[in-house]
Amino acid sequence: MITAAEINLFIRRLFRRKLVMLAALILMLFVGGAIFAPFITPFDPSMMKLVRRLKPPSTVNFLGTDEFGRDILSRIIYGAQASLGIGFLVVLFSMGVGIFLGLIAGYMKSLDAPIMRLADAMMALPDILLAIFLMAVLGPSAGNVVLALSIVYAPRVVRVVRASTLVVSALPFVEAARALGVSTTRILRVHILLNIASPILVQATFIFAYAVLAEAGLSFLGAGVPPEVPTWGTMIATGQQYADDAFWVVLFPGLAIVLATLSLQLIGDGLRDMLDPKLRKAL
Amino acid sequence: MWSFLLRRLTGMLVVMGLVATLVFFLTRLAPGDPAALMLGDQASAADIATLRAVYGLDQPLLVQFGLWLKEILKGDLGQSIFLQRPVTQALMERAEPTFFLALFSVAIAAFIGLPAGIVSAVWRGRFIDQFVSALAMLAANIPSFWLGLLVIQIFAVKFHLFPVAGYGDPGASFFERLRHLVLPASVLGLVNSALITRFTRASMLDMLSEDFIRTARSKGLSEWVVILRHAFGNALIPVMTVVGLTAALMVGGAIVTETVFGLPGVGNLVVSAVLRRDYPVIQGALIVVAAIYVLINLAIDLIYAWADPRVRVQ
Repeated sequence: MITAAEINLFIRRLFRRKLVMLAALILMLFVGGAIFAPFITPFDPSMMKLVRRLKPPSTVNFLGTDEFGRDILSRIIYGAQASLGIGFLVVLFSMGVGIFLGLIAGYMKSLDAPIMRLADAMMALPDILLAIFLMAVLGPSAGNVVLALSIVYAPRVVRVVRASTLVVSALPFVEAARALGVSTTRILRVHILLNIASPILVQATFIFAYAVLAEAGLSFLGAGVPPEVPTWGTMIATGQQYADDAFWVVLFPGLAIVLATLSLQLIGDGLRDMLDPKLRKAL
Repeated sequence: MWSFLLRRLTGMLVVMGLVATLVFFLTRLAPGDPAALMLGDQASAADIATLRAVYGLDQPLLVQFGLWLKEILKGDLGQSIFLQRPVTQALMERAEPTFFLALFSVAIAAFIGLPAGIVSAVWRGRFIDQFVSALAMLAANIPSFWLGLLVIQIFAVKFHLFPVAGYGDPGASFFERLRHLVLPASVLGLVNSALITRFTRASMLDMLSEDFIRTARSKGLSEWVVILRHAFGNALIPVMTVVGLTAALMVGGAIVTETVFGLPGVGNLVVSAVLRRDYPVIQGALIVVAAIYVLINLAIDLIYAWADPRVRVQ
């Protein structure tokens, strides 16, 4: 017999998956927009038209114009290039470093303490504070934002990878591989890394979302990407002084950030539910 | 208990030592000579050399590090390049708005997050649970500075309910200063409530499946006594951890919020220091924030050990 609770669970699961599908669709729209920006934007994102400055959303400029009369929709689409591009590179670099150090910390007892204490020290500083400090040292540029945020988020990856490595490396098949004389690098690469791929993947989507938020925050503070590069953060930063008369200047770039990061989080949550066998049974 | 305390204290000192090392050497990676920066563009090479000697910048790097560390242990964080005063003094002057902002934000975050988490766990899988979870996820993904700009537009510019920015005149009454904190604390609290909500929900779900909950129910206790006293009472310890961590992270989150609302706090000080490359101020702020974080963590650990004897043995 089907109980009410089971129906409830089924609906919830469907609801969840539907949301994940929707999130994936939104993210694909953003990524597609970023890649094909030159072909789909209605206007040149840097074309100034002072007679049309700070115009509200209309049939010409769907999301209005900014203080130089530039089309906000076109700038948001181009902004996706920089904002998502930076986020993606941060994921790539922080994952590269974090996976390497996390595997070593989890598998080699002697290196565990030094690596983890260093990660602890870095995580004792709030994300945005550490990032802004690194930006002060490195100087403002898009490349340095990637570097700074990768340094900030690598310790998080190290923690997740180390914890998962500890669990997997205690399993019998790893011991068997070692007894068979399989080399350490191969054990780490094949036997451990492939088995901890799902928590890493989930973590990657979260870091993507954090990085997009952090880039916007840094740019807003003036310590990120130079203001002439259109990212969602710089659009809000330069637009804020006109917000009293033209709220759309800050409203829409912010909505773009919320939509993109929310989609990433939903996808991450969805992946976790689908990939975690324990959770799948519980649901 | 004493050996536990000793272990924790050692761990804390190691982390703080590493933070200091990181902060010192990373700062030295920065391009440009601090002495030249201090004197400005007009300085002669001789002036720069003299100042380098005064600040010990001509010494080997490790010697400089040792000297710097010694000063920090004495509580001296150095001199600000631009503010013409010791960093410690500059931080103390700016501490009040940041302290109250963090305090009220944590209170608001807990006030939202705890009941939301409990409700979500009790009616797990129902509409209310999905609704709360969706809201929490949304809150976690809103950039605080953007939300800040929106609430300023709505509550300050349009309806004139609260001041747009600042912390009142220097002589403003405490109440007046509080009024300036309502919007920033609400924004920061709301954004940070998400983590507390999710964590409370997870801990409550753990507790509600425990045997002692079944015992409490079978004793005939009312459902709310079971939920609030037996389940939440036990979930409170892990939940406290996350509230404490939120408080520690708030100091960092305050940076962005203070900038949006023009609050003259530590965050604002750090941002202007970064833009002016005032390294002693940045270093000092980082050390102090890390120390606060580590101390809050230590406090949480101690409360944990005091409340739950199992923790002490590990």
